[in-house]
Amino acid sequence: MTPEPFLGATDHTPVRHHILSVLVENKAGVLARIAGLFARRGFNIYSLAVAPAEGNARFSRVTIVVDAESAPLEQIVGQLDKLVNVVAIKDLAPRDALERELLLATLSVDNANRGEVLDVTANTGASIVDVNATSVTVMLAGTPTACDRLERALESFADVELQRTGRVALPRLG
Amino acid sequence: MQLTGAQALIKSLEQEGVDTIFGLPGGAILPVYDPILDSSIRHILVRHEQGAGHMAEGYALATGKAGVAMVTSGPGATNIVTPIGNAHMDSTPLVVITGQVATAAIGSDAFQECDITGITMGITKHNFLIQSAHEIPRVVAAAFYLATTGRPGPVLIDLPKDISQSTMEWWYPESIEELDLPGYHPEVEIDERAVARAVELISQSERPVLYVGGGTLKSRAHKELLAFAERTKMPVVTTLMARGAFPDSHDQHLGMPGMHGMYSAVTAIQKSDLLISLGARFDDRVTGQISSFAANAKVIHVDIDKAEINKVRHADVSLQTNVALALGALDGASASPQNLDVWWKEIRTWQERYPLVYDEPTDEGPLRPQHVIEAIASRAAPGTIVTAGVGQHQMWASQFWRFEEPGTWVNSGGAGTMGFGVPAAIGAKVGRPDRTVWCIDGDGCFQMTAQELVTARSEGIPIKVAILNNAYLGMVRQWQEMFYEERYSEVYLSADLPDYVKWAEAMGCVGLRAHNLKEMHEVIEKANEINDVPVVIDFRTDSSEKVFPMVASGASNDDIIVHPLLRGGAR
Repeated sequence: MTPEPFLGATDHTPVRHHILSVLVENKAGVLARIAGLFARRGFNIYSLAVAPAEGNARFSRVTIVVDAESAPLEQIVGQLDKLVNVVAIKDLAPRDALERELLLATLSVDNANRGEVLDVTANTGASIVDVNATSVTVMLAGTPTACDRLERALESFADVELQRTGRVALPRLG
Repeated sequence: MQLTGAQALIKSLEQEGVDTIFGLPGGAILPVYDPILDSSIRHILVRHEQGAGHMAEGYALATGKAGVAMVTSGPGATNIVTPIGNAHMDSTPLVVITGQVATAAIGSDAFQECDITGITMGITKHNFLIQSAHEIPRVVAAAFYLATTGRPGPVLIDLPKDISQSTMEWWYPESIEELDLPGYHPEVEIDERAVARAVELISQSERPVLYVGGGTLKSRAHKELLAFAERTKMPVVTTLMARGAFPDSHDQHLGMPGMHGMYSAVTAIQKSDLLISLGARFDDRVTGQISSFAANAKVIHVDIDKAEINKVRHADVSLQTNVALALGALDGASASPQNLDVWWKEIRTWQERYPLVYDEPTDEGPLRPQHVIEAIASRAAPGTIVTAGVGQHQMWASQFWRFEEPGTWVNSGGAGTMGFGVPAAIGAKVGRPDRTVWCIDGDGCFQMTAQELVTARSEGIPIKVAILNNAYLGMVRQWQEMFYEERYSEVYLSADLPDYVKWAEAMGCVGLRAHNLKEMHEVIEKANEINDVPVVIDFRTDSSEKVFPMVASGASNDDIIVHPLLRGGAR
């Protein structure tokens, strides 16, 4: 059985997405509270990235890419804000946001396709971060669009194991 | 001072001014039940944990204070999930304490373990799993602060057994800063620009309606509402959750809007040019079909909860604040509509043409449920508190009782929890022992939680229960009659099984029964004379009675169906 593609085969960016940069208390169950809220209110999450905020053990930053068509953004933010562990929400429209994402992919290589792998890596700005006799792992840290491009370029290879982090974002300066 | 976690919990509750806990002990909460013996707090031992939760709700709704319930882990905790969900829907301040298995056993499928913080995540305002005895005072103080401020709601505290048995050095937070709630800011400020825009909308309005919701009661804004309404002469409607926020005897009061609302209340909203929503949330039971709801009205939406604004209906002006402050600000700005004489003339026509009516009762019975309610109300002391279950009897109680002050109507609105009435009445009576408390119940509802009358009798809580016994799950029967071609599916209950009089007597209550008008008057009189034990009256009512007016589910409020006695004129 082939699982449904997550977001369609080639485009990982929802039609009308927004990025919510959510500062939360670093407490047990916070992620479940956020995920549960999205599930029970029928809001769609496209990606979610969590890490301690500014090296602070007390708070974490959750970057959520939401589908602003599944529910009005105002409603998503309003409900999210009611979670007691949510400290602050920054709503970033894509044009105002500096978005980055990391992609790792491991590919089978042999003498026949080794050159092609090197070409794709070079052309997409990715780098090779691990190698053995039969495989290489490439990495790209870049814009979601760049990651999309690399992912499409890798579609022609067999046995690709690919993992993306989901995007993180900060407001653009100036 | 060294205290055990259990002692610290009880002492923290005392610090919060708790006078009553509704609960039932069990293994995981057992340590906490020992210091209760030494506490000034009254513990009311319920017969089922659902009863504890609804009693705490009844207490909260009648007093305005947070209700407190305490139960054990596992099934004790899951049994109180329904009241927690109910309180969440109705924004009722509740603090629920559940025992939990020992910290080391959490996650091991231990005996009577359940993930109650996980289960209640979506139906609490917040919940806590206590990690150490030291944090008990902070968590209890935070729970009460969360439950009672902003938009009120239920807060759950899960207390592992080993923590209640461990010791801590007693302390208690002295300021809100010590509660460690960096993401919670219930304070609200008036947005003067929004007030100015609201004043402008009001000044243009010729057909305004004050749409009063439960938030008006929660923010204790009834005095501000009365002053604002009288100064502006605007018509007032009170939702099911707001009954009592504005006197029913007031001639500007059109009554309840919604699916079973007064014709004039529903129609005034539909024809309005300005809806001023005061702590109401445009619930589907009020709006009917949303696209045709008050289609030509501008909306001023006052709500303490930002997420309610624009959730269902676009607000032309929104004030994210409590109702009392908002009304104060509008009054301060002398917000005044246009002359409303024409509007009132129109409203009076609807009131005259479509009053609340029911078929004339006959001497020999069966009784008319609406008549029973009016008969009880006519002999009830002023300030009597009324509770209800959910269904036809609830709608009739809301329609036919006359509520004059806040805290006198206690019911399950958003969740529609059958069985709410009896335990809620017990909780209300505990909170307001000076008041007479009547539970207007249905036979179906009564059977769900009647065992709490044992609690009432043993704890000396003399409530009065009127069962409007029509032998059916009446509201479902009504829908099956009207919308399913009278194909009655699984709604018949029997009027005689159980024997409600014997059942009442078995629970130590006085049981009475009335089939006809003479008996009805006699039993009401008798019930009013009994003030030491609970009284249960089995009123045999007409099964075919339906609640009118009615807006069919999903239909437009324009298509309101009035009582058959009123049909034949226009509409």
